[in-house]
Amino acid sequence: MADKIFRVNMTDLSTSIEDVPANWAGHGGRGLTSNIVAAEVPPTCHPLGPNNKLVFAPGLLSGTTASNSGRISAGAKSPLTGTIKESNSGGTSAQRLAKIGCKALIVEGKPQDDSWYSLSITSDGVTITKEEELIGKGNFDVVTAVEKRFTDKIGILSIGQTGEMLMSSANISVKDPDSHVRSLGRGGLGAVMGSKKIKFIALDAGDGKVEIADPEAFKAANKTFTKALVDHPVSQALGTYGSNVLVNIINEAGGLPTKNFTAGQFEGHEQISGETMHDLIVERGGKPKHGCHQGCVIQCSQIYNDLKGNYKTSGFEYESIWAMGADCNIDNLDQIAEMDHILDDIGIDTIETAVAFGVAMEGGVLEFGDSNEMIRIMKEEIATGTALGRVIGNGAGNVGRTYGVTRVPVVKNQAIPAYDPRAIKGIGVTYATSTQGADHTMGYTIATEILGVGGTADPLSKEGQVELSRNLQIATAAIDSTGMCLFIAFAALDDGTCLPALIDMINARFGIKLTADDVTNLGMSILKTEHAFNIAAGFTNLDDRLPEFFETEPIAPHNAVWDFSGEELDTFWNF
Amino acid sequence: MQVQVKLFAFFREGRFIKEDRELPEGTSAGKVVDDLGIDREEIGVLMINSRHCQFDTTLQEGDIYAIFPVIGGG
Repeated sequence: MADKIFRVNMTDLSTSIEDVPANWAGHGGRGLTSNIVAAEVPPTCHPLGPNNKLVFAPGLLSGTTASNSGRISAGAKSPLTGTIKESNSGGTSAQRLAKIGCKALIVEGKPQDDSWYSLSITSDGVTITKEEELIGKGNFDVVTAVEKRFTDKIGILSIGQTGEMLMSSANISVKDPDSHVRSLGRGGLGAVMGSKKIKFIALDAGDGKVEIADPEAFKAANKTFTKALVDHPVSQALGTYGSNVLVNIINEAGGLPTKNFTAGQFEGHEQISGETMHDLIVERGGKPKHGCHQGCVIQCSQIYNDLKGNYKTSGFEYESIWAMGADCNIDNLDQIAEMDHILDDIGIDTIETAVAFGVAMEGGVLEFGDSNEMIRIMKEEIATGTALGRVIGNGAGNVGRTYGVTRVPVVKNQAIPAYDPRAIKGIGVTYATSTQGADHTMGYTIATEILGVGGTADPLSKEGQVELSRNLQIATAAIDSTGMCLFIAFAALDDGTCLPALIDMINARFGIKLTADDVTNLGMSILKTEHAFNIAAGFTNLDDRLPEFFETEPIAPHNAVWDFSGEELDTFWNF
Repeated sequence: MQVQVKLFAFFREGRFIKEDRELPEGTSAGKVVDDLGIDREEIGVLMINSRHCQFDTTLQEGDIYAIFPVIGGG
């Protein structure tokens, strides 16, 4: 059956299934969520009010056998940044939605009373049900209970307590194949779901399948694509050490933000590194290699067990480990794993929350390195919504304002992740100019600046960095529309067969004839659509800047400062 | 001259994490890689004192030299 748009109005509790308008037909994932938000959400609306809309969309290739195509995008106006937002995640939901025949799910309006609801989606449509039992529960309890109500095959999107309490760092959890959770992490989309009073969305694909226009061509292209992914050495390292393999190299390069961005190297880097993590996992009978969705051939996730050999967490990412580790001056990986588990359960972004803790440490709320107090605050304050819990749960910028801290690493109020922009300048361009606030995944210049993938660039020089960030942001917007994991980019940057095979798969799926230029144009148009939304929401070029302290405080070991002028940054949009 | 050599990821297997090495003056970064029995094709990144370098970069007394395979993440 043809893909449809599923719409849910939470004001009058009505639902509908609509044909896909012609101008959305070529879009998927981020391209689709951003186009829908831009078309239907008033840019000046309150992100938690009835006029904001929460949009979910599987990528163009999700639900097919294409390797690594299981990413789901969620979009809305962000309560954290006030900008347009797209956040994407692995898990099982993209494949379920695609097999249901749902090209996008649009949730609009807001209930007029205090009741909570759940949504259940099949190819027949959406059912809205009042929810009481699971209100106040964490994501792990929700997944267990919802599987019991439906089947263990059910796809689940859910929010934890922080989403219910509308904290602007709250995320949306996505059930993974092992009934654990992944996260639509950044920008507070969990609060948007909470504002619509939806605790969870159950996705039942039955025996639905995605139609392929040219199955033979699809199969051949997928074979070439998969080989490019599997053969690339970065894929192999990711399968062994996870993304956390980066701790040591970013530390070595002097760009690992430490103690709330006051140094570029962390004394305890080895204890929290990917190498140490790998050894601990093997020693305790976990799995170093694990996929967040069916069909992943890179397998950068892992099963990390505690000291007793019991499951503690998975999807234990570099950015989370850096944020709770180096940025908070904590070198105990088990404590970090405990925190990762808690934050997944209460449904809040690990990057935003841990950076908020770093700012809180600087503001004297707790000591740097005090992981026991961090865990206590997470469980007793954030999970229950005390005043302190809400101060931290509303993000790093909020903590800075509350405690009068001036060293607050945010852009457009979203926390800067695990690469210091003074020592690795290209990523600073991405942080400054991204349509979504500070976000490394929007244009991952680290590949070229530090890792030597897709060419080289001197991380301490400004030369070529705006162009590098621009090219990567354009390519990323396109990749984020396909349902592909961004980690295909390493192979795509180095192996000439990878991107053509990806385009061939899209063409074979839909019976169309896209070229590489079309894909670049798609990326550019997505960025421009997002940028136009932000301008209409009141943002200007002066918001495309890093916090002042990066210009005035040199960071060791390179003693580098951020030295891009505003005029230089503004050239980003010259395309 | 003395140089501290650091290895990362699977380069550590059967070798070491960190070692102070006595090297002849003028030793190149590539020579150290060769002497460790690491195939140059496997090299992703070389850094001396936290700055990227090439195989033909000459090491100096007191340098900290880090050798990485091809890795990525994010």
